[in-house]
Amino acid sequence: MSMVQISSALLLTAFILYLFGTILFTVSVTGKKFKSKKKASTGSRIGNFAFFIAILGFLAQVGYIFTRWSADGHFPISDMFEYTTFLSVMMILGFIIIYLIYRNNSIGMIALPIAVIVIAYASVFPRDVEPLIPALQSSWLMIHVTTVSLGEGILMLSFVAGLVYLIRVIDQTKRSKRTFWLEAVMIFLVCALGFAVISGIFQAADYSEKFKWVNEKGSEATLEYKMPAIAGPHDGEKISAGFGPLFEAPSWMNGVEAPKKFNTVIWSFISGLIIYGLIRLVLGGRRIGYALNKALRNVNPPLMDEISYRAVAIGFPVFTLGGLVFAAIWAQQAWSRFWGWDPKEVWALITFFFYAAYLHFRLSRGWEGEKSAWLSVIGFVIIMFNLIFVNLVIAGLHSYA
Amino acid sequence: MSRIIVCECGHKNPEGTILCEACGKPLQEEQSKSLLNMRYEGSARRSQTYNRTPIDKIWNYFSSVKVGVTLIILVLIAVAIGTIFPQEIYIPQNADPETFYKEQYGIFGEVYKALGFDNLYKSWWFVVLLGLLGTSIIVASIDRYIPLHRALKNQKVKRHERFLKKQRIFGTTTTADAEVIFVKAETALKEKHYKVRKEEGALLAEKGRFSRWGPYVNHIGLIVVLIAGVLRFIPGMYVNENLWIREGDTQAIPGTHNEFYIENHKFSMETYKKDDPQYKEALDRAGSVVKTYRSDITLYKAKGDTVLGEKPKLKKIKDFGIEVNKPLEFSGYQVFQADYRTDEPYAMKFKLTDKDAKKSFGNFSVNLYSPKENYNFDNGYKVQLMYYFPDFYFDDNGDPATKSDTPNNPAFIFNVKTPDKPKGETSFVAIQSNQAISKNNQYKLTFAGLDTRNVSGLIVKRDFTIWIFFVGAMIFLLGVVQGMYWNHRRIWLQKRDGEVWMSAHTNKNWHATKKDIHYLTEKTGLNEPSDQLEQKVFEEERGINT
Repeated sequence: MSMVQISSALLLTAFILYLFGTILFTVSVTGKKFKSKKKASTGSRIGNFAFFIAILGFLAQVGYIFTRWSADGHFPISDMFEYTTFLSVMMILGFIIIYLIYRNNSIGMIALPIAVIVIAYASVFPRDVEPLIPALQSSWLMIHVTTVSLGEGILMLSFVAGLVYLIRVIDQTKRSKRTFWLEAVMIFLVCALGFAVISGIFQAADYSEKFKWVNEKGSEATLEYKMPAIAGPHDGEKISAGFGPLFEAPSWMNGVEAPKKFNTVIWSFISGLIIYGLIRLVLGGRRIGYALNKALRNVNPPLMDEISYRAVAIGFPVFTLGGLVFAAIWAQQAWSRFWGWDPKEVWALITFFFYAAYLHFRLSRGWEGEKSAWLSVIGFVIIMFNLIFVNLVIAGLHSYA
Repeated sequence: MSRIIVCECGHKNPEGTILCEACGKPLQEEQSKSLLNMRYEGSARRSQTYNRTPIDKIWNYFSSVKVGVTLIILVLIAVAIGTIFPQEIYIPQNADPETFYKEQYGIFGEVYKALGFDNLYKSWWFVVLLGLLGTSIIVASIDRYIPLHRALKNQKVKRHERFLKKQRIFGTTTTADAEVIFVKAETALKEKHYKVRKEEGALLAEKGRFSRWGPYVNHIGLIVVLIAGVLRFIPGMYVNENLWIREGDTQAIPGTHNEFYIENHKFSMETYKKDDPQYKEALDRAGSVVKTYRSDITLYKAKGDTVLGEKPKLKKIKDFGIEVNKPLEFSGYQVFQADYRTDEPYAMKFKLTDKDAKKSFGNFSVNLYSPKENYNFDNGYKVQLMYYFPDFYFDDNGDPATKSDTPNNPAFIFNVKTPDKPKGETSFVAIQSNQAISKNNQYKLTFAGLDTRNVSGLIVKRDFTIWIFFVGAMIFLLGVVQGMYWNHRRIWLQKRDGEVWMSAHTNKNWHATKKDIHYLTEKTGLNEPSDQLEQKVFEEERGINT
C-alpha cells in the first residue's frame, strides 16, 4: 500500500469514528433525561467513551497528516482537499481542548457532525499529490497555513458553542424570526452534506459532459462537468452527450471554472433540500431546531455563552497572527508586497474586522448571550465564505484546488 | 475652568467624577442603585462630562464605541463589496479600465466604477473612512485611558462604606479576631499572587492591574499600523521599481541612485518532470507545472563617485540566484524574481554574398539594442549600417519608420562597400525580406540567424514602513493578549464595628475570582460573601426561558 493510500484509509477511519462519536455524544446528551439517577451516570460514561472515540479519530487524522506529508514531500496544506481536511483537524483539536476544560458533551454532539461535513466537503476535491508551484515553496507555507487554520478551527468552535446556545434558548414552540434563521443555519449545514453526497454519487457514476467555452483567461477551452449541467457556461457550446443545460451561468462569475462550480452549488442545494425534507419527515414534520432543542434540554446556556466567547478570545489573536501577520511576511517574500488587496487577503481582513466588532459589542456594549451567539454564526458564515466562495468563485492568487 | 469635587475623604476629584477616585464614595445621585457601575472605575470621562461646545460634541462623537463599531462595519462592508469585481490592478493588462467594467459586468460594473470601487483602497471616501476610524480609536482611547489611569493610581486602601456594600461581591463576618484574620488573609492572598496593601483596619489585594491597559496597548498598535500606511505616501520611504534585464547585460538597479548594479547571467525556468512518479497524476491533470523561476546574477557596487552618464568602476559584491520566495537582499533593498520573457531577439546575423559568384565573404552580427555602425571583412569589404528600425512599419507616406525602440520587427538599411564599388550599394533588409535600393546590386545580404536572450523581470523594493507595520501588529497582538488573557481582580477587607467586611471586583472572569475568594474564606474562617447580581437577574438579562 502506498503512503497516499494509507493516508486516505486513515482519513476514512477518522470520518467513521467521528460519525460514531456523534451518535455516542447524542445518546449521552439525550439519553440522560429519560433515565433514573443511577443510570444518569451511564450518560456521562457514554460521554467519556464518545470523547475517547473522538480522540481516536483525531489520532487517525494526525496519522493522515504525516503519511500524506511523506507522500507529498511537503506539509499537506497546499490545495483545497488538504486545507479543508486540515481545518477539520484543527477544529477537532479545539474541541478536544474545550472538552478537557469543560467536559461538555453537547458541544461534541454538534462539533463532531460539523467535522464530518467538513471532511466530506474536502473529499470532493481532487486528491492527487500535487507539486508546489514556486510561490508556495517556502517554510512559511506551513507556518502561515497551520496558524490560519488553527485560528479558524477555534473560531468555528465558537460557532458550535453559539449554535448549541441558540438551539437551547430559542423558543421552538412557536414560529418566529429566530426559529426561521436557526433553521436556515441547519439547512446550510445539510446542504454542505448534500454537496458531499451528490458529488460522491456522480463521481461513483463517473458522469461527464463537456462544453466549449471562453475561460477566465479569455482563451477558448473545454470545460468538463462532472455533474449534469443545470447551469452551463456563459456562451458555452455543449460538445458531448449529456443533460441540459437548463440555463447559462451569469458572465460575471469569472473564477477558475466558475460555471462548473456554480452548477455544483445548485446541485448541492437540490440534494441538500431533499435530505432536509427527509430529515423533517423522520422528525414527524418538526423543524430540526425543534428536535435538537428537545435533545439539548440539559445544556447550561451561560456556559455555552462563555465557551463561545472564550473561543473567540483565543481564536481571534491566533487568526490575526496567521491570517494577517504571517500572511503579510510571506506575501512580502513571495510576491514582493506584504499586502496586495487580493480577495483572500481582503476576506481575512474582513474576518479580522468582524471579530473585532464582536469583541467591542461584547466587552463594551454588553452583547452577551443570544446576540453574541448570532454574531458567532455570522462569523462562521464569513469564514466559510472565505474558504468556499473566495477560492472557487472570485479569481485571485489563492485560487488553488 | 472645570469644577473640582472635593470628596468627604478629602480627595479632589475632577468634574464629572462618578465615584471618588480615592475612597470610591458615589458622588452622583443616580449611583444610588443597588450595585455600583464600576466601568472605568466611575472616573470622569471627558465625553460623559462636557457637551456644550462643538469640540465637545466632536469629541463625544468619536469617543463613542457605537460610532467606532459602526465605522468598523462600514469599512468591512466597503471592502467586501470591493471584492465582487476585480480591482483595477487585477483586470487584464490589455483591458482599458475606462470601459472594462461596463463591458464585462454591465450596469453593475458601471455603478461599481462610478462609486470608486474599482480602485477602492485609493478612493477618497475609503481613505476618509479609515481616517475616521483612526480618529475614533485615538479619541476613544484617550477619553478612557487618562481618567482610568488617574482613578487606579489614586485609589486608597480604605474605601467608603457605600462603595464596599454596593460591590457585586460583598459579605460580612462578625468576629473579635479581626487582627488574626487580616494576617491570615494577607498570607493567603499572597499565595494567590495578589499584591497586598494595608492601611489601619483595611486591606486591598490586587492583581493583574496591567491587563486594564491591554485595550489601549492594542489600539496603539493599530494606530502604528495606520501611521505606517500614511508614511508610504512620503517620498523616499518606499521604493518600488521594475527592472527588465537581459541575460548578459549589466544595469544600474533603479531606485538605488546608481549605487548598485546588477548583471544577469542567466534566466532559467524549470518544470516538474512529467514522469515524476510522485506527482504523475496531478501533472497529467494539470499539464506542466513550473518548479522554479531563477535569475543567476552578480551584484556590484559602484566605486567612488559616479559621473552622470559615465559607466562607473564596479566592485563585485556577490553572486546570487534570485528565485521566487528567495529575493536578493542588500542594504535594505530587496530584489524579487517577478516575471520573465524567453527567447527575445537579441542580435541578428547576416551573410554577405556575391550575387554572381555565389561566393560568401562571411557573417556578421548586429546587436539589436546597441548596433555598431561598421562591420569589416577581409580584403577591404565593409558593411555600414545606415538606418535601423527596431519596430519597423511603413508610415503614412510609405516611408520606413519605427513604432518603438523594442526590436519587435527589426529592419535595416545597409551600405555594402567593396574594393570594386567604393561608393557602396544600399539594400533594405528585414526579416524574410531583402530589397536592393540601389540598382543592379552586385552584393547581397541574407539573414543568417537570430540570436535570442531570456529577460528577467525583477522588482526592486526598499520599504522602511514594513518594520513599522510589523511593530504595530506585534504591539496590537500583545495588547490583545494582555487585555483578554489576564484580568484585574481586587479584594477589599475592612474592619467595621466588630465585623469584617469583604468586597471584590474584577473586570472579567468572575468565576476564577470567586475561586480565589473561596480559598481566602477557607484559610481565614471569614463567611463566604454573596454574589449580589443574582443568577435570576443574570438569566433574565440573557433572555433564557426557564
